[in-house]
Amino acid sequence: MSLFDPIRTHMPLRRWVLAAMGIGIIAYCALALNWSWLQTPKYQGMIFQGVWNTIWILVVTMVLGFILAIPIGFAQAAGPWYLARPAQAFCTVIRGTPLLLQLWLLYYGLGSLFPMYPWIRESDLWPILRQAWPYAVLALTLSVAGYEGEVMRGAFKGVPQGQLEAARAFGMSRWGIFRRIWLPQAVARVLPTIGGETVLQMKSTPLVATITVIDIYAVASRVRQDTFIIYEPLLLLALVYLIIAGVIVALFAWFESRLPKRVV
Amino acid sequence: MMADGSALSASLDLLAYSPPGWGANLLRGLGNTVLIALGAYGVGMFLGTLGAFGKLYGGPLTRDLLGLYTTLVRAIPELVLILILYFAVTDLVNQALLAMGYARIQISGVAAGIMVLGVVQGAYATEVLRGAIQSVPAGQIEAARAMGMSPLLVARRITLPLMLPAAIPGMANLWMIVTKDTALLAVVGFNELVQESRQAAGTTKAFFTFFMAAGVLFLCMSLVSNQIFARIEAWANKGTKRGGV
Repeated sequence: MSLFDPIRTHMPLRRWVLAAMGIGIIAYCALALNWSWLQTPKYQGMIFQGVWNTIWILVVTMVLGFILAIPIGFAQAAGPWYLARPAQAFCTVIRGTPLLLQLWLLYYGLGSLFPMYPWIRESDLWPILRQAWPYAVLALTLSVAGYEGEVMRGAFKGVPQGQLEAARAFGMSRWGIFRRIWLPQAVARVLPTIGGETVLQMKSTPLVATITVIDIYAVASRVRQDTFIIYEPLLLLALVYLIIAGVIVALFAWFESRLPKRVV
Repeated sequence: MMADGSALSASLDLLAYSPPGWGANLLRGLGNTVLIALGAYGVGMFLGTLGAFGKLYGGPLTRDLLGLYTTLVRAIPELVLILILYFAVTDLVNQALLAMGYARIQISGVAAGIMVLGVVQGAYATEVLRGAIQSVPAGQIEAARAMGMSPLLVARRITLPLMLPAAIPGMANLWMIVTKDTALLAVVGFNELVQESRQAAGTTKAFFTFFMAAGVLFLCMSLVSNQIFARIEAWANKGTKRGGV
């Protein structure tokens, strides 16, 4: 909404100048740089496939990671020590080491371990385990679970005691309290941050290209290797990620505007 | 088959410091990682301070341009920015050198890594420091101005010390991010910790051993940093009231 405000009212002169310069730069990039590779059907197909792979990996790992984060956060906030400690250790390890390292540890480490066990090679899962994407999805999911688990811990702790006491006084079961009071209020607390976390997760997705998953980053690298064009694929890459980030932000802003605002 | 005693001692042999083991390589990688992280953090803090003051007190044009900078950097993956900035800056420097009649130079990996990660950190630091500066009560700054302090003196004596408690958690977080972001330089072939461990793992095929070792080193680094930042936070919070806010 605020994006269009300046136009509806009066856009200051400097914005016009900046916009004109921006259009000038884009026009220069479009005309003076070498975009001929974009017309090749082969690369067009690869680009669409790459964008699609980036998006589904992002959505799947965000959803799975968040589902995992709920028990991890809850165990830390209200669980007994034998659940809280491992959950805490998990979050520390995930947040304390680079995602790239985790990804390589899973892909190269597990990937070199699995073939040693004949029963894994003979199982029906082997054709899937031989590919790269399960490891990419696993690593990115665990990463979301680690970071969001820490966020959910704070959210669960932030739900006022009075709410839980009132629920108990009504005679709700423990599961009923969790499902109807504790979890919804905790999730409502983290919702405003999830949009930003999703953008951060999107920024991690190009790492999967290092383990041979063909996302949009891998496609751009491939174009650069094939055609020896340095900048243009990188600019396209930046544009694609900008658009995805914009869509994520807009989606979450729309989603948040539809939620009833309440005073907690 | 992997967990018996001989396998464990074989792993430890691989990690030994002297040449048949790869311990020296890993430690050299760790040194590079720390060096780049410190450099990038410094550059980022410098850019962030400028950016925060520019966003708060700058003219409308400065604010628009800074908004563009922080938005772009925070929306484009670091990996892509590293590639773009690395090629673009190397190219620009060399073209400038050629235009002035000098020969091309090769920009060192350390310098490029520090510069690129510093620019990325600068965008995040701008937002962290801006929020912290805004947390300083306006009356304090007005009082300082009323005393006739120059803007620089206000920044040095009033704004910067008062914003520290609010800035430190965010800055600690940024330090954690930059230490982990150094791993991205492995993708462009720079010899930091992750790249060294990949080379060692690739040569010996002991992927688990070396990636685990690198992970432990990273974890130690983050635990030590946590301790240090806890100390700094306690120091910055000296003289403030707790729990009353």
